Amino acid sequence: MNKLRIIYNGIVNENPTFVLLLGMCPTLGTTGSAMTGMSMGLATMGVLICSNVAISAIKSLVPDRVRIPAYIVVIATFVTLLQMFMAAYLPALNASLGIFIPLIVVNCILLGRAEAFASRHTVADSCMDGIGIGLGFTVALTLLGAVREILGTGTVFGLRLFPETFGSLVFVLAPGAFIALGFLIALINYIRKRS
Amino acid sequence: MLTYLSIIVTAIFVNNIVFAQFLGICPFLGVSKKLSSALGMGAAVTFVMTLATCVTWLVQYGILEPWGLGYMQTIVFILVIAALVQMLEIIIKKIAPGLYQALGVFLPLITTNCAVLGVAILVIQKGMNLGESMVYAVATAIGFTLALVVFAGIREQLRMVDVPAPMRGIPIALICAGMLAMAFMGFSGISVG
Repeated sequence: MNKLRIIYNGIVNENPTFVLLLGMCPTLGTTGSAMTGMSMGLATMGVLICSNVAISAIKSLVPDRVRIPAYIVVIATFVTLLQMFMAAYLPALNASLGIFIPLIVVNCILLGRAEAFASRHTVADSCMDGIGIGLGFTVALTLLGAVREILGTGTVFGLRLFPETFGSLVFVLAPGAFIALGFLIALINYIRKRS
Repeated sequence: MLTYLSIIVTAIFVNNIVFAQFLGICPFLGVSKKLSSALGMGAAVTFVMTLATCVTWLVQYGILEPWGLGYMQTIVFILVIAALVQMLEIIIKKIAPGLYQALGVFLPLITTNCAVLGVAILVIQKGMNLGESMVYAVATAIGFTLALVVFAGIREQLRMVDVPAPMRGIPIALICAGMLAMAFMGFSGISVG
């Protein structure tokens, strides 16, 4: 399969958030601003690429019956590495993402890709799939974070677009996450149907 | 006693696990189409969450901390939860086939329910003792069940409404969840203790 096709597929046709509707917890929980959304997306992407490559490399060694626990251990190992890395070099970001960093372990995207892609493709293709799906997730989280930040506070990535008084704080708070994501998915459904 | 009351009210209403902390969204959206399955899922989560929190708390303070293995928390906890769910499934199947009929289909789904792992990690982060952790786990699970049941009631009604095509399914469900979250924000004024 063409390498670039796999990446494009991950971002557009199989976008984990907007099309497959996976990994909803971090999608809603970490998109209070564009910056935190993007950071969460990149962190997940890092783990996804590593776990996809590792699982694809060991796929012929793992007996079929214990493959799911084996995949979970691989994923949990990379998440632990990420936790240590972030605690050491990015403590502020680590604090703002909080519980959602260890919870990458139970993100359905990772186990889903391990089972659906990495366990039956080559290492190189699995790496590309990790990049593609990871980018798709990052784009989705950044987009949702940007929408919530603009509507909520009038800024995007900290740059002021509107005076603060135009912002409606509810979009930064919990209800805004659900409502903004609902309308974004509806919009993307609409665009996909027309094209 | 007041601490326990405060933990209960906070975990069920003020800091509801679904609407305020965004954990357990996948089963919240996936299993909320019918009221009966929402109740079944809620019961299964309550069961597993309470047991898992108890076991992981003991593992953390009995094994990981004394041996200086705190960094293994994530790996150990997810394995403990996965093993626990498997064991429960086998035991319930043997002892109570009736209960297995009701809860069986939900049990495998719970391993990847981030609320269970989330609560196990949160009680450690908050530095709660065993009693507080158990109360917190039960109350959080009740909050989850409450959210699931209320939402299932709304979604049963939604099926009879003519929704614009692109909004059907998940989008309209998410917007309804947003409104419910707004209602739950009304509880944030409550403070006990």
